[in-house]
Amino acid sequence: MPPMISVSALRKTYKSGLVALDGIDLEIEKQEIFALLGPNGAGKTSLISIICGTVGIGSGTVRVGGHDITQDYRAARAMIGLVPQEISLDIFATVWNTVAFSRGVFGRRPDPDYIERLLRDLSLWDKRDRRVIELSGGMKRRVMIAKALSHEPEILFLDEPTAGVDVSLRRDMWALVRSLRDKGVTIILTTHYIEEAEEMSDRVGVIANGRILLVEQTAALMRKFGRRKLTLALQHPLAYIPVDLSPWELELEQQGQVLAYAFDANAEDNGIPALLRRMAELGIDFRDLDTSRNSLEDIFVSLVEQTA
Amino acid sequence: MSAAKLNHHAIWTIYLAEMSRMRRTFWQSIATPVITTVLYFIVFGGAIGSRIQHVGGIGYGAFIVPGLIMLTLLTQSVSNASIGIYFPIFTKTIYEILAAPLSALEIVFAYVGAAATKSVVLALIILATATFFTPLHIQHVGWMIAFMLLTAVTFSLFGFIIGIWAQNFEQLAIIPSLVITPLTFLGGAFYSIDMLPQPWRTLNLLNPVVYLVSGFRWSFYGTGEVGVGLSLAFTGMFMAICLTLVWWIFKTGYRLKP
Repeated sequence: MPPMISVSALRKTYKSGLVALDGIDLEIEKQEIFALLGPNGAGKTSLISIICGTVGIGSGTVRVGGHDITQDYRAARAMIGLVPQEISLDIFATVWNTVAFSRGVFGRRPDPDYIERLLRDLSLWDKRDRRVIELSGGMKRRVMIAKALSHEPEILFLDEPTAGVDVSLRRDMWALVRSLRDKGVTIILTTHYIEEAEEMSDRVGVIANGRILLVEQTAALMRKFGRRKLTLALQHPLAYIPVDLSPWELELEQQGQVLAYAFDANAEDNGIPALLRRMAELGIDFRDLDTSRNSLEDIFVSLVEQTA
Repeated sequence: MSAAKLNHHAIWTIYLAEMSRMRRTFWQSIATPVITTVLYFIVFGGAIGSRIQHVGGIGYGAFIVPGLIMLTLLTQSVSNASIGIYFPIFTKTIYEILAAPLSALEIVFAYVGAAATKSVVLALIILATATFFTPLHIQHVGWMIAFMLLTAVTFSLFGFIIGIWAQNFEQLAIIPSLVITPLTFLGGAFYSIDMLPQPWRTLNLLNPVVYLVSGFRWSFYGTGEVGVGLSLAFTGMFMAICLTLVWWIFKTGYRLKP
């Protein structure tokens, strides 16, 4: 099966001279959930805006469902629903009207039954006659999603979907994304939270400075970069690391008050039980322990080191 | 692109949404021009007009009717169309229009069509209001309607361009108040430009509104300061300029697509 989205040699330079995309090649399969992971300013929004048609293409080609987005833009765009990062709504329109408007603008016949189901799925049915201005921030975001889904797209773009979203909406959103995927929809989301990419996506593309650094199955990426760190706050500061603890390659932090141990979370034996036993034998007490995952920055550092 | 492939669902959706946005402020948008027109009739038609009597064989009250309608058509077309497109750009809801399977032509059809419709409706209301003040006899009804439509569409196109060009509400208001209204006043809405002393009369021939008002007045009374052919040619030329600018805007993505 040909890829749902195929981007090749895509470059984009804004009028300001900013090079937003510097030669992107990317293929996204039908029915996958793809996370575009990268820091702010990496080019995530530029990339999806070009695919969706809200930003002009620089050079290169983009095909959506086999349709070139410049030559055959009608067919390409008809397949896509877009939820932009910012909430942008006609605040005077009612929920029902603004969602029905979106469907019409995409050239679809009115279908009140479909819109009713959509609004019910998004817990917006009770608010259908309310004006957007009366809704809370979370509700407005649901309206944005309803608008994007109003024309039954085969591809859904979610730009930073959970930025500033509360826990219940986040959970609803993930449930919705999964159910859409089960119906055959391809989903592309951008995020700068590694947890989000890990939880949701089948594959992750890491982007920085307008380049794709790698594309990998999410599980494989986590195995590669998912190192964790154990930090132990000591009862009594240590001046140096005892020789008996040298097999663990520990580090002393905060003037000897904290002992840090980086370990591979996916290894069969992560070495922690043995470390703690040995510390007990040596009489090194700790009052608190904590484990943390590699942050996105750590991953970038190691990626850049690898590619350099 | 063939006409059969036009996304008429989308055009109709935007057109209706624009019309309903106007309906929300319907009474305001009618009240202002109607009250203004009544005031013009009282001041120019009643108070001053009673001393002027005739201009080119036409009673002064009747003489100013085409000018008044033109004034409304021009200012309303520009302001409706400019707000119509500026509003979604300002609220950023334009993303949806840009991401939709719509051609530039279809976007222009929908927004300009809605703005032109509204200003023609207002012009007809003013025409009806005028009949309460002065007896009207329209010689060329077909031409009158043609001039009305042509002017509404042309200046709605112009307003569409201004709505995309404007970066704030001040800029949005500046063209109607600083350009359209003065040109209309100077353009012979309330007098015959033949009354002007030289060199103003000749200078005024550079004012495009002169040709609009004159042609429009000709459709009412069969006389105008300039030939009706020239009037049509000028309006057509201005329309062509606006269409070229709109084409350029969509070609380059100017302020719509970075």
